[in-house]
Formats: sequence, structure tokens, C-alpha cells
Amino acid sequence: MDYAATLEDALARIAAVQDLGALEGLRVEFLGKQGSISGLLKTLGAMSAEQRQTTGPQIHALREGVTAALAERKAALESAALEARLASETIDLTLPAPAAPRGSVHPVSQVMDELAEIFADMGFAVATGPEIEDDWHNFTALNIPESHPARAMHDTFYFPDKDAEGRAMLLRTHTSPVQIRAMLDVVKQDPGGAPIRIIAPGRVYRSDSDATHTPMFHQVEGLVIDKGIHLGHLKWTLETFLKAFFERDDIVLRLRPSYFPFTEPSVEVDVGFAIVNGKRVLGGSGDAPGHGWMELLGSGMVNRKVIAAGGLDPDEWQGFAFGAGIDRLAMLKYGMDDLRAFFDGDVRWNAHYGFNPNDVPTLSGGVGTAA
Amino acid sequence: MKFSLSWLKDHLDTDATAEVIAEKLSAIGLELESLEDPAARLAGFRVAKVLTAERHPDADKLQVLSVDTGDGQPLQVVCGAPNARAGLVGVLGLPGAVVPAGGFALKKSAIRGVESNGMMCSTRELELGDDHDGIIELPADAPVGMAFAEYHGSDPVFDVAITPNRPDCMGVYGIARDLAAAGLGTLKPIAAQAVPGAYPCPVEIRTDDPEGCPAFYGRVIKGVKNGPSPAWIQDRLKSAGQRPISALVDLTNYLMLAYGRPAHAYDLARLTGAVVARRARDGEVCLALNGKEYALDPGMTVIADDNGVHDIAGIMGGEHSGCSETTTDVLLEIAYFDPVRIGDTGRKLGLTSDARQRFERGVDPAFLDAGLAILTDLIVGVCGGDPSEVVRAGEPPIVTKVIAYDPAMAATLGGVAIPDAEQRATLHALGFDADAQWNVTVPTWRPDVDGAPDIVEEVVRIHGLDGVESTPLPRVDGVARPTATPAQKLERKVRRAAAGLGLNEVITWSFISEREAAAVGGGSWVLQNPISEDLKVMRPSLLPGLLSAVQRNLDRGAPSVRLFELGRRYLADGEHPAIVAVMAGERTPRQWQSGKAQSFDAFDAKSVCLEILRSANAPVDNLQFMGEAGSFYHPGQSATLRLGPKTIVASFGMVHPETLKIFGINVPVAAMGIHLDALPARKGAAGFARAAYSPPALQAVTRDFAFLVDAALPAGDLVRTVKGADKANVVAARLFDDFRGAGVPERQKSLAIEVTLQPGEKSYDEAELKAIAERITAAAAKLGAVLRG
Repeated sequence: MDYAATLEDALARIAAVQDLGALEGLRVEFLGKQGSISGLLKTLGAMSAEQRQTTGPQIHALREGVTAALAERKAALESAALEARLASETIDLTLPAPAAPRGSVHPVSQVMDELAEIFADMGFAVATGPEIEDDWHNFTALNIPESHPARAMHDTFYFPDKDAEGRAMLLRTHTSPVQIRAMLDVVKQDPGGAPIRIIAPGRVYRSDSDATHTPMFHQVEGLVIDKGIHLGHLKWTLETFLKAFFERDDIVLRLRPSYFPFTEPSVEVDVGFAIVNGKRVLGGSGDAPGHGWMELLGSGMVNRKVIAAGGLDPDEWQGFAFGAGIDRLAMLKYGMDDLRAFFDGDVRWNAHYGFNPNDVPTLSGGVGTAA
Repeated sequence: MKFSLSWLKDHLDTDATAEVIAEKLSAIGLELESLEDPAARLAGFRVAKVLTAERHPDADKLQVLSVDTGDGQPLQVVCGAPNARAGLVGVLGLPGAVVPAGGFALKKSAIRGVESNGMMCSTRELELGDDHDGIIELPADAPVGMAFAEYHGSDPVFDVAITPNRPDCMGVYGIARDLAAAGLGTLKPIAAQAVPGAYPCPVEIRTDDPEGCPAFYGRVIKGVKNGPSPAWIQDRLKSAGQRPISALVDLTNYLMLAYGRPAHAYDLARLTGAVVARRARDGEVCLALNGKEYALDPGMTVIADDNGVHDIAGIMGGEHSGCSETTTDVLLEIAYFDPVRIGDTGRKLGLTSDARQRFERGVDPAFLDAGLAILTDLIVGVCGGDPSEVVRAGEPPIVTKVIAYDPAMAATLGGVAIPDAEQRATLHALGFDADAQWNVTVPTWRPDVDGAPDIVEEVVRIHGLDGVESTPLPRVDGVARPTATPAQKLERKVRRAAAGLGLNEVITWSFISEREAAAVGGGSWVLQNPISEDLKVMRPSLLPGLLSAVQRNLDRGAPSVRLFELGRRYLADGEHPAIVAVMAGERTPRQWQSGKAQSFDAFDAKSVCLEILRSANAPVDNLQFMGEAGSFYHPGQSATLRLGPKTIVASFGMVHPETLKIFGINVPVAAMGIHLDALPARKGAAGFARAAYSPPALQAVTRDFAFLVDAALPAGDLVRTVKGADKANVVAARLFDDFRGAGVPERQKSLAIEVTLQPGEKSYDEAELKAIAERITAAAAKLGAVLRG
């Protein structure tokens, strides 16, 4: 028998097979129990030793050759089938995928978080107080007695009823009453008093409404009460805060004498700016060519009467306080120019000026979020 | 407070320019609002002489002038003024000059065909007066060709914001004193010659209200001739923004503006009997100089005679007794009024005036005689007349304040070390007097100074705050500790969680309209003086503000609105923090995969609510599910989550259609709210280490159970029961099907629950699994649930 010719013939048939079913048919034909090659193997038993020695390897070679060819052909056919299936499964991935809605954090909240972060580094905690205040905390304790002209300057919202102690109830006109509450709280915990470092951000109210004023807006109060605190500490604190807030080392402050009943001496703080592309950009001295000074916040050394109203001994403790507009800080930093839009809730505005919730202000990552 | 440079120089001997003075004013606390320089406004206008004037060939009312501008070559100018004529010396605006009154630039033009090279100007066009009947006529010897600004004299005008603590600077003299102290010149002494009276004052002057009017000085001047005041007085008043009226009125105003000392002049002919400072009587009225009538009460001080009230003391004079052109005899009043009384009266009447501003801040109680002398001197000088002797009723409250001061405080409080000698000099220049031991006597015109810190302010502001060196706050010892309170941390967490769920944070007004408040049960805090009816009631809930924002967004065409706000609700018992979210419009837009757009339903609200609660580490699984979310919710599609039956932690659902109607919204709105202060505080200081845990070695198994239950049974009850049926083994129970229809009896439903069982040490065998299944089935049976076969 010509085993070589048989092998050749089998390999040709295997190579010609086009589907796995026919390939299986060939396998059975060659190698099944009744298969032709299986039949040849059975003939070995009846052979003589010499015959087996020459014929055996030929039959085995035939079987191995066919087995390998079958396996190879099977793999090729399977691979082609998979390719064909995958090709049939092709989809257009330029079609839109389902989108998760994107939320945002309001700039005022973001800036409040930034303030908390910056001031935490300087040892300031965040304090809060009620927005519905009494006139003692809002005015009297802050050295603004009833007849004081400054009271009239505050455009106060009042409620018709007085509280249990006969105090007129009103919407706080500034965050300064938190100064009084913070001092009284400290005294309550420790009658001797203790150093205080707080900021108090929150809503404040004035009965004023035009293009640049809204009846509700946000302020941040700062208060430091300690021993040996002077105007130089105030200047450093505000400089450090503004440098950190605007992430600029070239912030230059100018202090100007002013008047607030709750501080003595009182200073108005101006910050230098340059005009860049028609917009004010903080940085540099306001006296430099092309620069100017912008009024940014009011501050001063806490008036002795206010320290006393807070239950502390003004001969022992002194400190400084400041107040700034949060909305204004946000506008200066992030470039909004319409205060009224802050309180409208227009989703287009919020999507544009709001913040990704993952942009949490941190000292290590930066308290500002780049545009 | 407005004043001109020349006025300032009446009191301050200085060579400083207006710019230097302006800068110094702000530096020492007298904040400059503006510095107006008329020279700049008059640039391009020249003294010019009309050489010839011919009729315009094509216009009756126009003339063609030939004007000498001093350049040699006369210019042709067309002019319509009736007084334009050859020989007139006037003011010519050259092409390029900007006319102050109109703000437009002049240019070469042709008027009815005749070339015109400029404009001859009227007084009004240059904003130098009201005259517009013709062009300005200057004296014939005015130097032709000179810049008009130079000829006219340019007097810059300062406008300074005076803080309420500085009544002394509500007069030019006080400002001059501050500038002199700051080194900008020498303060000129007040030239107040006492003018002796020739006869006793013929009018009885009294104060019957020593509390409201401690001192009332006065005198009569007979035989005055009232008329226009002299030009220098008029110029000064105009620079202050005041309109000259007549000499008597102008001179009293001048006294006030120059020295901060209000006074009043009555027409003696209109007075009857004694002139008395007293409290007003109930029912009395005063027709004031502003033409308005004011109803007075006994809390107010007035000046009255036998016939009634002539002056709301310290605030405004009466119309009937004021001076006029025909006045010949005047009574001058110079008084000291109690600042509190003036402030109260002004507030009650809603009446402000220059006098009130000064009296309520506190005028110098030691300046009555001097003020009266200056005023008398001025009136006699301008109007003539014979002054009477001065009558002095009562005594002004002159208190000599002495403050113990330590010059080291300039550094320890003011942050700038200033040599003692400089401090002493500054104080002296400001009218203070410091003795060798630094006992500082405060001048009578400084009611604001009452303690050592005020002295620090004086020396530091005059020294200049630029000298204050930045000084670092001492760093707090030890490692950094968190500065935020648990409540603050909670707010930060839920805010960012809500934003992470796709909601936009908004900030809405704390006050809403009564109608909106009523829609959520009404508010407890109603403003007495709201800015509008829309912003009147402190919100008892954040929902109305958010619904208004939803409505605005929908009206702008927004297809999908997801908003939240974190803020306070204002209830009768105080302010409570809450987070509220609203969702309206499309949850998903129409899509190629899912087809039609889908709108929000109550489960979106539930999902947001639970996700935020989980982010806040709230014990979500322990919350009880109840109804009564509020009348503004859909009664069948809303719920509350409670800790115990009374403490509502959260509510969610669809907003009631009637509520939506109030806000003008016509699409369904899903909403949820969480009371942040109702969430339980985390217990104790647990430290950082978590409870010990290692994942079970054996795999969990799941088994499905389908129960037939009453259609009204809340599915959550069944799930909770199943989950609690065998706490040792059941770790989770999740409902995955709610089916009604074929195979399920009427008024029943089939609920399918996947139960997860966690084996402990060894795997379950069949008997154990069967026993667990029986426990589950038995527990469910208590709710009437029957296991489906």
C-alpha cells in the first residue's frame, strides 16, 4: 500500500473542507472507530515482526499527519468563524452613549470652602450665627447705640415683634454679630477667656436693590482676639489671605484710616490692581503706572467696648476684625460681572460658573480651581 | 462735603497742589470721592474779541463774526446770539473744545453755507451760570488770546466723604486743621472779632427744654439790607453744591459749611413775643422751608414764639419766619441741641438736612460765641445793620475729656512705632494737649474721642498707615487639627454629594412672597419693611425658592432642570439647615437606544434622597417609611423617612399639581428634602480604627422567593420582614419583580425577592436551606403572604 499517497490524498481533502461539520465527518472517516486509518492500525496486530517494523511507522506517520492536519484545519476554521461573527457584530461607536447629568457647586459655596481652607492653615475656625438677629447683637454690642447715625446707614430689615428680652428683631446687616457670639461662647466655656481666631461666612441682608446691590448677599467676618495683637498682624493676615486666595505673591495692600463703630482704629483696605484686557486683575501696587487701588474690605482693631460686650476684659485682650463681601471676592477671582445672576438659579449660568464637585479646595491641591 | 481749593486756602496757608491735597485727604481718613478741575473742563476756550459782525446772507437771526483770537489771523464764526456785536470781548470755543453743558466737541462746520470756525459761548454753555440770553460779555480790557480757564480762574473742587465720627470735618476749617497736622501747610487762626452790641436784645430768648436744647444764644441785627450775597460767598456756596439765595441765608449757610456750625436767621417782623426752645406739643405742625408740613410730638424740640412753631430745632427752619428780600431786622439763633434728640426727631419725621447731619453727630459745644461773632461780622459787613447785645440762655455741655495715654500704644495697638515727639506734635496740631505724663486733653470739637485707642488712631492716621509693617500671627502650637464642626462637615459632604448626583447648586432668596409661603404651610417671620411683596416672608422651606427657579428655567426653554439648595429654613423656633432638591423636565432625553424622552418620577426623588443620606453616613436602613410628607406633595406619590414616629429626617415625592400651579409650572416635578439637623450625630469619639472584619471564606448563596400578597401591602414591609426572618443567615433581600395580571388573583400581586444567604463556618446542606426557607415563608405569612408554588 502506498501510505504516502494515502496521506497526500487525506491532507488534500482536509485542506479543502470549508466547515467544521464536514471536517468532523472527515475525522470520523479517517480516525473514527470504523475509520480507514483506524482500520489500518488494526492490521498491525496480524503482521509479522519484520513487517510490523517497516509498516508500523508508516501507518503511525499517516495517523499523526492526518491528526495534525485535522487540528490545524479546525483551528483555522474556528478562527475564521469567530472573525466572521465579530465582523457581523460591528457597531457605530460614534453614536452617543448615555450621559450622566453633570451637577455643580455654586461659586459662593466654593469660595466659602476656599476661605475655610486658607484660614484653617492660619488657625482660624469657622463660626456661625443666626441670620434673624436681635438689635443688641447686631448693633448695640457693636458700639452702635440706638441713636447712632451708623444705624440709619445700614438699611435694616426689621420684624414687627420683639424677642423675650424686648430686643427688636431684624435680619443681620453684617456678619459682625458673630464676633459677639464667638466671644460670649468662649467666655461661657472658660470665664477667663481664651484666644479666638474665627472666620464667619454667611448671608446678610440690607434693604437695598439695584444693579450692584441685592437685598441678600454674603459676607465673611474675621476675628482674632489674643494678647499683643496689633494692626501689623491684621495687615499680614489679610495679605496672606489674599495672596493665598488669588494665588499671587504680588498682592499689595494699602491701608487707609476710616471709621467703623466696632473698631478703633479703623482701616479701609485697598488692593492694587492692573487693567488686563479691560478687566481688573489684582496684583502690583496701585500706584504703579496703569494700575489703581480698589476698596476691598473694612477692618480695624476691635473696639474696647465691643470686647467688653463680648464678656472679655479689654485691658487684657485685644485683637482685630475684618469683613469682606464673599460674592465680590468670587467675582474678582472667577470673573463674573453680574451679582444678580448669583441668586437667579439659571442652569446655564450654574453650568458655566459652577464648580465640579470633585474640585474640593485643599491646601495641597490648591484652593483655586483653574478655568 | 464739597469745597473749592480757594476756600480751603481761606483757612490753610499752603503751596500744595490740588492733587497732593487730594492724595493726603484719603491718606488721613477723609476719603476723597472726586476732585473736579474746572481748568480741564474749560480747555480750548479763549478770550476773543469780535472785530466785525455782519448779517448772515441766508438767515435773519444769525450773524457772521470776524473774531480776533490773539493769533493775528481773525477767524470767521457764525453766531446766533442777539448781543453779538463788533467790539464785544467774549469767550470763543475753538474746534476740538468740548462744551461742558452739552459734552460735545466743537468742529469746523458750515452753517447755512457759511464757514464757522468755532462758537462764542454763553454762561450756561460753560456751566458757569444759568444765563443763556446771550454770549458772555467780558470787560473790554480782558486780554484777548488768553486761555479762558486762566482768565476766569480755575478753582478745583474736592468732594470728601466724611465718616460719622468727624462732625468737626463737616466744615472746611476742620479739614484744613487735619491737613495742617498732616504737614500740608499752616492752619490760619479764626478771625472772629467779637462784635459788641449797641443795645439790649429786644427779644426774650429762653430754653424751656434744657435737655433737648441746653443752650440757646441769640441777638438781633436791626436795619439790614438783604440782597444777593457777594460773589466770593456765592462762589464758595456753589463749589459746595448749594444754590445762593440771599445774603442772610447764604451767610448762615456759609458759617455752617466753613465751620461746621449751623445757625438760623429769623425775620424779626414775623415773630411775636418771646422766642423759646421747648418741646413740641401734640398736634402742632410746622411748615418747613422745604415746603412740606410736619406733624410734631412732645419727643421733639422746636423753636417757637407766641404764635407757634418756627423751627424744627436743629433740623429745618419754618417757612413763615424765614428771611426774605424785604427783611430789615433779623434774629440770629445759635444753639446747642442734644444729638440723640436731633437724630430721633429726624428719623421720626424722615427729614434730613445739613444742620441735622451736624447736630446729630455733635457740633462743638464751645463754638457758640465764636460762631455768633463770625456770623454777625459777616452780616454787618455785607448787609449793614446794628447788632444788639448777645443773649445767652442756658449753657452748652462743655466737658473736658482727659485720656490717660501711653505713646507705646502706637506700636502695640497701631502696629507702627512713632517717636514721642512726633506724636506730641501731631496731637498738638489737631488741637489736643498732652502733658508730660501723657494725659491728653481732647478738644471740644472731637466728641468721637473717648479712649486711648482713639488717640492711637489720631497719631497713626496722621503719621500714615503705610508705616504699618506686616507682622505674622504666631502659629498655633502642635499639629493641625480640623477647624470645621461636625455640622459644617456634614454640609460640605451633602453639598458635594448632591452635585455629584447631577444636581446644580443654586442660592435663592431667604425671603419669599406670602402666597409662596402659604403654599408650604406659611411662614413665621414676616418682614415689617420688605423691599417688595415678593420678598417678604422668611422661607419656612427651601422648596418655594427652588420651584420659582425651576419655573424661570423652564420658561427659558431648559429641557431638564435639576437643582438643589443647601440653606436655612426659618421657623418660629429658629433657623434649621436643610438640603432640598427638585427635578423637572426630562430625566433622559429621547435617545436612539431607549426611544422617547423620560420624565422624572417619585423614584428619582427617592434615589437622590437615599444617596445623599448615605453620603451623610445616615442610618438609612433604620429609617421608618411613613406618609404625611405635606400638603404640597402628591398625596399618593410621596413619603417621609423618620427616626422614630415623630422625627422626620427626609421627605420626597412628586410635588402636588396645585402647588405647581401656584408657581406657574405645568410639568411634573420630583422633589426631596432632608432636615440636616434631624440626622443623628455620630456617637462618641470612636477614633479611626474600623470594627474588625474579614470577608467570609465561603461563598454566599442566593434563593428566589415569590409571594402572593394583598395588592395594598407595601412591598417594603415584605422585604423588611424577609430580611429580618433569619438574621443569622439572611444578609440581603432585594425585590426584583412586582407583577399583577395573568395567574395572579384579583386585588393581589406577586412580589419576587432575591434573598442572599451567607454561610458561616461550613456550607449549607439541603436540610439547612430548607429550614431557612421555612423561616422566611413563615415570617412572610404573618403579612398574609403566600409562597407561590
